Amino acid sequence: MDLSFNAEERAFQDEVRGFIAKNLTEEMRRATALTPSVFSDPDIGMAWQRALHKQGWGAPGWPVEYGGPDWTPAQRWIFETESARAGVPNVNVMGVKMVGPVIIGFGSPEQKNFYLPRILSGEDYWCQGYSEPGSGSDLSSLKTRAVRDGDDYIINGTKIWTTHAHHANRMFALVRTSDEPRQQDGISFILIDMTAPGITTRPILTIGGDHEVNQVFFDDVRVPVANRVGEEGKGWTYGKYLLEFERGSGIASAKLREGLKAISDLAESDLTGRAIDSPDIATRISEVEVDIDALEMTELRVLSALQTGQNPGAVSSILKLRNSEIRQAVTRLGVDVIGHDALAVEPMRPLYRLNHEPPTTEEMLTVVPEYLNGRAYTIFGGTSEIQRDIIAKMMLGI
Amino acid sequence: MDLNLSDEQRLLRESAERFVAESYDADHRRKMNNDPLGFSPAVWKQFAELGWLALPIPEEFGGLGGGAVEIGILMEAFGRGLVSEPYVATVVLCAGLIDRCGSAAQKQTMLPRIADGTLKLAFAHSERSARFDLAKVAATANRTAQGWRLSGSKIAVLDGHAADEIVVSAHIHDHQGPSGRLGLFLVPAQSLSVSDYPRLGGGRACNLELSDVHVPEDALLGDGHDALPGIEWAVDRAMAALGAEAVGIMQVLLDTTLDYTKIRKQFGRPLSANQVIRHRLADMAMQVDEARSMALRAALKVDSPPVERARAASGAKAKIGSCARFVGEQSIQLHGGMGVTEELEVGAYFKRLVAYETLFGGSAHHYGRHASLGRTIVPA
Repeated sequence: MDLSFNAEERAFQDEVRGFIAKNLTEEMRRATALTPSVFSDPDIGMAWQRALHKQGWGAPGWPVEYGGPDWTPAQRWIFETESARAGVPNVNVMGVKMVGPVIIGFGSPEQKNFYLPRILSGEDYWCQGYSEPGSGSDLSSLKTRAVRDGDDYIINGTKIWTTHAHHANRMFALVRTSDEPRQQDGISFILIDMTAPGITTRPILTIGGDHEVNQVFFDDVRVPVANRVGEEGKGWTYGKYLLEFERGSGIASAKLREGLKAISDLAESDLTGRAIDSPDIATRISEVEVDIDALEMTELRVLSALQTGQNPGAVSSILKLRNSEIRQAVTRLGVDVIGHDALAVEPMRPLYRLNHEPPTTEEMLTVVPEYLNGRAYTIFGGTSEIQRDIIAKMMLGI
Repeated sequence: MDLNLSDEQRLLRESAERFVAESYDADHRRKMNNDPLGFSPAVWKQFAELGWLALPIPEEFGGLGGGAVEIGILMEAFGRGLVSEPYVATVVLCAGLIDRCGSAAQKQTMLPRIADGTLKLAFAHSERSARFDLAKVAATANRTAQGWRLSGSKIAVLDGHAADEIVVSAHIHDHQGPSGRLGLFLVPAQSLSVSDYPRLGGGRACNLELSDVHVPEDALLGDGHDALPGIEWAVDRAMAALGAEAVGIMQVLLDTTLDYTKIRKQFGRPLSANQVIRHRLADMAMQVDEARSMALRAALKVDSPPVERARAASGAKAKIGSCARFVGEQSIQLHGGMGVTEELEVGAYFKRLVAYETLFGGSAHHYGRHASLGRTIVPA
């Protein structure tokens, strides 16, 4: 057993650091630090995706024949850790990490040839059509309907919590193509052109003051049958496959550590009147740091198992659950650390392009919005309650 | 970077788990609880034959040269069986102190005898007024013409009743007065009056009164350098070992509780059919897993630079302690009234966890130590 990296891995670490130093502009770094939502805006995020793609690193998890870099799990760890440390943009994962693997796993040759290069290059910008107003945790009760009409489906219904639908030119969606006794049956996975007539998007502001999610309406929207991925009625299987990617990308501790470091730096600065001098704050920073240590060790244990071809199993639910809870603990600590400055609200967005003096210094500007928006971490991608159900069923057999 | 067990480590785990499963059952434990020694000399001999007493001792002194990870593998298995042999006192704490602080001659005399099972030791360090501060020692060792005169009071000496010799910490007072250094002194057990008591969760411990106990010059381990860094290292390593033991205990409690909730029926269905119970068990499973990660982390950092090692040890002690409290208390809760009785084994495992939390300081103390050691937030 060994926590340290070997010579090859250290050389790769240098390569990643070199790449980041060369490609991460100060504008990108600052914009990322000042974005209190999950993903960077497309102008920032896609600039980074293009740089990654140029380097051949556009899709770390993809097989080589589709443009993946053929990294070992240790290399992926190093890449994610160095990226978090440097504060690179948070590229919207809907393309590379979500629809990409589904198209690779279940798509037709035509779909692979058309979509995959456009995901890698950032030419297409994707959003996810899963949740509906009546279908949250009980996702497979979804009602958005696709009715066959010749070579098209005609889609009617609505999707909600659609991250970056207002930026996206494509959506992957679960729609009902037939009614079956089991509600998981009769669902299909389709790819929708967001510029098609009949699609409207309504912004939803989250409590931190950010526009990241939307509700999307479909009124007689025509989508070619050729845009269906895999078999009709098997969409639930593909959708679940994708959710495992959403939950189990598996390397979250590095970002949590950077988030805690930012809060800890604030606590040690005169900006907060040295909040760290309160033993309560100092101890709570330690508590969160130790939780991150534990999550990081679990991630490394999973990676080690992956290196030898073992299957980590339901542990992706543990990783999702702990990541989301610790993230919330970090942001909660942030609010406590900045004290009275938590009362100051800056309503303008984006925070990195304000045309006036903000009410607090830049270091504190995102603290409260991140805490408020961050309440969503234990809700999206399967709530904490659903994750506990999965752990009980898959790990404990009850 | 690789956290998979090597073939040797896998074999060690398998043999330890097999031994514990075959030799330790509820009857054996009850017998040991009522035994004045609190453990079995025959089992200790088997430990020696299996090479477990030699495990972390350097090869040049008759050992196998294993590290904290190997100790952890053994301890997790010990936890599963609530093993009560004085392994931590003799092999983890005292052999470690001798290896760190002793002279070449002292190592040569004692370490091979620990490895072959003929020498048992105990570490007398804690004092009532110090609580868990390892640097706070009131006991004194005054230089005399013939050697040293020891005075002071020690509490919670693990397995002191079974030791041939006791390693006592004291402030060195040489001819010029207080030196500001801590020393470790070997005191033959027969020269002390030991009043021992049964320890919470199994095994025994004792308090020691040292009033002008005379020991020869070479009773001092090493050459009189301050022993505090060595003591901190040895206790950090022992905390990592005890953390692994706690993981083994928690795993048994989780498995037992899970089985019980599947069998026990109320309102016409198994307890485990209720979501509130399922989620509680999911949380217990998650905390066992977090504890396992932290015990491994502390073991892997035992030989890191002191601050990094100490933060890993304290972080693990604090985190595993809070996981242990949750898993232990919920195991009792989910067993209902029966969980509070001596008729089930749950209580015995729970009590060992309570003892674990207390030993060397609880979670609040160790979060505090972690915080006081700086805020260098460094990744693995």
